[in-house]
Amino acid sequence: MKGMTLIVKTITDFVVGFIIVFGAYIVLYGHLTPGGGFAGGVIIACAFILAMLAHGKDVAFSKLPEMVAHIIDSGGALMFLLIGWFGVTVGFFFMNTFGRGEPFRLLSSGMILPLNIAIAFKVSSSLFLVFSALAIFRRRSFRAMIEDELA
Amino acid sequence: MIIIVSLLVLAMLVAAVAALIYRDLLSAVIASCLVSLLASILFFFLQAPDVAMAEASIGAALVTAIFVIAIRRTKRYEE
Repeated sequence: MKGMTLIVKTITDFVVGFIIVFGAYIVLYGHLTPGGGFAGGVIIACAFILAMLAHGKDVAFSKLPEMVAHIIDSGGALMFLLIGWFGVTVGFFFMNTFGRGEPFRLLSSGMILPLNIAIAFKVSSSLFLVFSALAIFRRRSFRAMIEDELA
Repeated sequence: MIIIVSLLVLAMLVAAVAALIYRDLLSAVIASCLVSLLASILFFFLQAPDVAMAEASIGAALVTAIFVIAIRRTKRYEE
């Protein structure tokens, strides 16, 4: 997959950082304003997808290698589960054990902020992987697959 | 308020019919992207900004990118 023209590349370089910062803002303020882990994660994934569409797959994979994306993907799911199990130490599963703080501040919702961050990691890296799988994988003939199996 | 909502719904209908009529599939994808974008503005005016944000990021950005990749893999024009 090759890149696009110089205009598209320049504007993409200018815009991608702002998109990631906006996605991080939506994730971090998900419990106070509209948004949350899923919407912010999709926006962060869209930044990497834009980089992949404009520059080609090599540049996008040099920013976020495939193995790192797999690790972040699984690590987000494990982080969600671990935060859930943290409540077992006091009461029940997913009990809100963290400090609640002052209302309408950033640290005011206990465990919802870490859960939003975990969902954002999971959603952004897995959507990036889905898109890169759609964009990169080539169709192989059935005969070649069988010959690989036999070899 | 009712004027804004009815104008948005009319524009959505026009974009949806355009997506049906176009023979060029890339234009049809852009028209369906316009449907999602107008739907997210409609959700925002109906006081559901959370749904509007999800609709704008998924319907307008991600699905369009996936359809563009699918068109690049297959044919651009409908027979």
